Amino acid sequence: MIDTLIPTPTDTAEPAVEERTPKMSARDVKVFYGAKEALKGVSIDIHDDRVTAFIGPSGCGKSTFLRCLNRMNDTIPSARVTGTIELDGEDINSAAMDVVQLRARVGMVFQKPNPFPKSIFENVAYGPRIHGLAENKSELEAIVEKSLKRAGLWDEVKDRLNESGTALSGGQQQRLCIARAIAVDPEVILMDEPCSALDPIATAKIEELIHELRGRYAIAIVTHNMQQAARVSQRTAFFHLGEMVEYGKTSDIFTNPREQRTQDYITGRYG
Amino acid sequence: MTLQLALVAILVIAATAGLFARKRATGLRGGGIRLNSLPNYHALFVGLWTALPALLFLAIWAPVQSGLVEQAVLASPAGQQLPDFQMVRDTILSEARDIATGRIAAGFNPESNAIAPVYSAAYGKYSMVGSALAVLIALGSALLAMRLVKVDFRARSGVERLMMGLLVGASLIAILTTLGIVLSLLFESLRFFKQVSPTEFLFGTSWSPQTAIRADQAGSSGAFGSVPLFWGTAFIGAIIAMIVAIPLGLMSAIFLTQYAPARARAWLKPILEILAGVPTVVYGYFAALTVAPLVRDFGLAIGIESASSESALAAGLVMGIMIIPFVSSMADDSIAAVPQAMRDGSLALGATKSETIKKVVLPAALPGVVGGVLLAVSRAIGETMIVVMAAGLAANMTANPFASVTTVTTQIVQLLTGDQEFDSAKTLAAFALGLALFVITLILNLIALRVVRKYREAYE
Repeated sequence: MIDTLIPTPTDTAEPAVEERTPKMSARDVKVFYGAKEALKGVSIDIHDDRVTAFIGPSGCGKSTFLRCLNRMNDTIPSARVTGTIELDGEDINSAAMDVVQLRARVGMVFQKPNPFPKSIFENVAYGPRIHGLAENKSELEAIVEKSLKRAGLWDEVKDRLNESGTALSGGQQQRLCIARAIAVDPEVILMDEPCSALDPIATAKIEELIHELRGRYAIAIVTHNMQQAARVSQRTAFFHLGEMVEYGKTSDIFTNPREQRTQDYITGRYG
Repeated sequence: MTLQLALVAILVIAATAGLFARKRATGLRGGGIRLNSLPNYHALFVGLWTALPALLFLAIWAPVQSGLVEQAVLASPAGQQLPDFQMVRDTILSEARDIATGRIAAGFNPESNAIAPVYSAAYGKYSMVGSALAVLIALGSALLAMRLVKVDFRARSGVERLMMGLLVGASLIAILTTLGIVLSLLFESLRFFKQVSPTEFLFGTSWSPQTAIRADQAGSSGAFGSVPLFWGTAFIGAIIAMIVAIPLGLMSAIFLTQYAPARARAWLKPILEILAGVPTVVYGYFAALTVAPLVRDFGLAIGIESASSESALAAGLVMGIMIIPFVSSMADDSIAAVPQAMRDGSLALGATKSETIKKVVLPAALPGVVGGVLLAVSRAIGETMIVVMAAGLAANMTANPFASVTTVTTQIVQLLTGDQEFDSAKTLAAFALGLALFVITLILNLIALRVVRKYREAYE
């Protein structure tokens, strides 16, 4: 199964900034925590038909960058973000951009599954309710069912939608969180090490799910696990000490990196 | 005096024994053998075992001794001539004790001067006996403990057990005191219920505790229906005070945990907590002198003619303010215990801050908040000063917040102040009220603790 997930190389090496219009594009993004510069000017494009993986050792800034993409860094009082990030050509940090709307369009799945202490149904219905996506109960039920089906969880929970979401296993909880993110019909899904708290079988299910979701949503995933990046992504960015060292086709990064630091990291010399 | 000396002697013996044990243990180690426990533990073990039994003996001896001294005094020729009337005899004896210990020069009753030397002699004799016994016990236990100092003796775990014993003892004291309080309330209440039936007390709706003290005195027969008092208590403490405290406490907790910048929080939280440290009598002044007239004028202005200058509303409002820190600090704790991941999950779905608080944070924190509110209620209904000063004395069963109502605690104060006969139903009623209040607050606290614990289990 794992072999089938490895992308087949179809196109040649390309720069981080491409000609065609990207879904999201970041230019010279810097993040400061107080006086400390955690991210030192990252420029990258994310396309809507691909999975983009961010890899690198702990503290390299990959999660910090991911959190810039839906302005989750706003919740950290000491964090300051400079540079521009655009979603479909709109600056997401501009005054005109409503952060609530932005996060509805750019969903996020976290490292540790964080279902709300509500029923499975209410967990998925939460987003559609606050955004008024359903006119009535049957529409809401349809959204919940569709989202759970897309997240590959429907068959496991369809008979117990009223049970607490926190009673599910870790892998099921994470798929519930993915269903919850899908339910508001986002355009981009950000995943911050979504499998690091899961066992290998649950991890394989999530990876399979990412594979199925590709094409429907632009997906950006942060991972510690290089095999995982190789299995699920088409583009990979390697971060080190707050810099984006290299960005390119996943197959190139893993077989033929341009930078010595990338080479050292993927061969396990550090990190 | 002798007993104090004995105390010092015991401590000296314990210290010496400890030092010897340490020396001996160090000596054992000199041979290159590894001791099970470090010499210091041997010293501590021997020292504690020397001091504790003797100190325990002294603690038991002190009350025994005063009984023995009194017996000896009464058995003496001078003592046998004392008047039979218990109260007079007790006065003379206590004066004799004060003369014997040099606290006063001469007694008011001439007899006390006569028996003071007898008292002094008996006191001297028995404290000598007690001190000697205590020192002997210390020496004996020191010798026994010293014999235990060997290479493989586990002094360390011995000390550990002793420490545990000490800590258990300390916590038992609090529990036993509570038990004592309950029992003393219970006995006095039983005496009350011999005179007034429990049914009348619990379900009667008329409260008028004035009874004739002397047979020839004109007075009402007394009615002891406590329902109006408990209604007043609940009306002020559980209804009006909570209408003030729950929203204000909860909202200030939400502001402090979710919205306030760190610097504002560092200032505001301690200021809020100062409210909890204000003596309740100060709140009482505030309620009686400032709030009550305002409430009365407001009541009159909106056309309520019965508005009184002692009102349930004034007492309840001020009590609500007093309770805010309790509600807000419990709510603060349970809101802070909701994991950040939960908040992030909601924010990442595009929920606003207040939607996140309303739909995710508060439901998750609810059990803790409920627990805090119950604790606050139990404190409010036991609160005395504010209601004594601002609520009034008339036992009204009314839901009019501008009227005067009375509470259980106010009535207890009323019943017990002034010259009272101690076995009249009027005085004893105070104990029955106290017992009922105690049971209610106990139940509230139990429920609150259960709710809070359940919440903790869910989040750790």
